[in-house]
Amino acid sequence: MSKPLPQPNVVTQRFWSSCKDGRFEFQHCKACGHNQFPPRLTCTACHGADLGWLPSDGRGTVYSFTVVHRAPLESFKADVPYVIAIVALEEGVRAMVNLRGVDPEAVAIGMPIEVFFEPTEGEYPLPQARPR
Amino acid sequence: MASKAVITGVADTAVGKVEGSTSLGLQAEAAAAAVADAGLSLGDIDGVLCGYSFTEPHLMLSSVVSEFLGIKPSYSIAVQAGGATACAQVMQAAALIEAGICRHVLAVCGDNRLTGMSRDKAVAALSEVGHAQFERPYGISVPSAYALVAQRYMHDYGVTLEHLAGVAVAHRKHAMRNPKAQMRQPITLEDVAKSKPISTPLRLLDCCLISDGGAAVVISAADAARDTRKHGIGILGTGQMNTHEHIIASPSLTDFGCKQSSRQAFDRAGVTPADIDVAEIYDSFTITLLAELESIGFFARGEAGPAILGGALDLDGQLPCNTHGGLLSYAHSGAAGGMFHVVEAVRQLRGEAKGRQVASPELAFVHGDGGILSAHCSLVLGRN
Ligand SMILES: [Zn+2]
Repeated sequence: MSKPLPQPNVVTQRFWSSCKDGRFEFQHCKACGHNQFPPRLTCTACHGADLGWLPSDGRGTVYSFTVVHRAPLESFKADVPYVIAIVALEEGVRAMVNLRGVDPEAVAIGMPIEVFFEPTEGEYPLPQARPR
Repeated sequence: MASKAVITGVADTAVGKVEGSTSLGLQAEAAAAAVADAGLSLGDIDGVLCGYSFTEPHLMLSSVVSEFLGIKPSYSIAVQAGGATACAQVMQAAALIEAGICRHVLAVCGDNRLTGMSRDKAVAALSEVGHAQFERPYGISVPSAYALVAQRYMHDYGVTLEHLAGVAVAHRKHAMRNPKAQMRQPITLEDVAKSKPISTPLRLLDCCLISDGGAAVVISAADAARDTRKHGIGILGTGQMNTHEHIIASPSLTDFGCKQSSRQAFDRAGVTPADIDVAEIYDSFTITLLAELESIGFFARGEAGPAILGGALDLDGQLPCNTHGGLLSYAHSGAAGGMFHVVEAVRQLRGEAKGRQVASPELAFVHGDGGILSAHCSLVLGRN
């Protein structure tokens, strides 16, 4: 069994296509200025529907993290221990990533990170993060 | 204050490893026992609210359960709100009774999650609650999502690994007094610290059990409760709050909807947290209970951990809590896990909690949370 891969839909296609081009994009509400991620059909702040897309510069910090020792699926068992983090990007949105290129013991809240794109078995790469 | 809806019957089945059990069988056994506890017969039930099942899932589980029981309720619906399901069933039952739609509502849950599926399969099934595109590709599980909460909570409020371990030990102490509990051998803080890491900072003994078991509650109109066998327990206040589903969409990793849901329930009952004599609060992980105790206001931020190490949750402590042993040491079988909390609160208020009875409690607080601290439902129950 392979790892779950993102299956883009009408709401998220733009995001995943941008990942292929090396850009992490989030939604920006033209009515109230709210930035949001993951993508939705409407603004979660004002519920308006006039949403545009902006690229993140990919810089942020670790908001929280966990080192996974027991994988939920067979396909992740070879990866343990792996780090799942919620990162806070400078544009004010948060995303889940795996932290790569770091000793799991050395990860800390507040650690500066940068987003990069990791190939998968599927069509779209996954946004991931590493220390910067 | 007299409530219009009262709990007239409660029951739970054997829990833990119940060989040969089925989800439907556990639900039927719990339902029959709760109806008998109320001194009613199944034919008196005019409303059925059931939960969900992993081992026998069905699009219309409530109809399946009613058909199996051989009853024809005039109102029947399934409730799915994860760990908030049981409290939401009771809240919904109370609303149906207050609206005059039902007289005797059966709220029933049960699943054979331990013997009906492998541990790996249960963990994998639970991981499907993660966001399909933005969480599951990263290898998220329910313990990992709660671990993300724990890490941030420890960072912001000075909670330590020992505080988390204290929650596990306190639950085991309760379970040791309960002959029905799945886990009764004593554990120490060191045992928790040495248990294998699941997803840091959570260790195996920070995580709830996987169990077979069923539980049911009968909720009746106060005037219809006059001819039930036991004194009804009043549903004095109920409340809900739903802030997100996935942890990446949670407005906060340290402040949760239990604050608003409990406030609503306390306000409707006209009481405060300080008035509560016994609490039964969802404890899927040690961090779950700790964050809820502080978000609800039973303890100030950062103070629950040290208080629990000092015995605050014990029978004679500041807030006797999860007196049956909770999901951590009594049992956790899906939606029934939360119903065990409701059943225990009623037993405490009736004075039926043999060997673990809190001294004459008048008011109980019950809380369930579903998802990753996403859906919250609170109940204030009292001797009418
Ligand atoms: Zn907006």
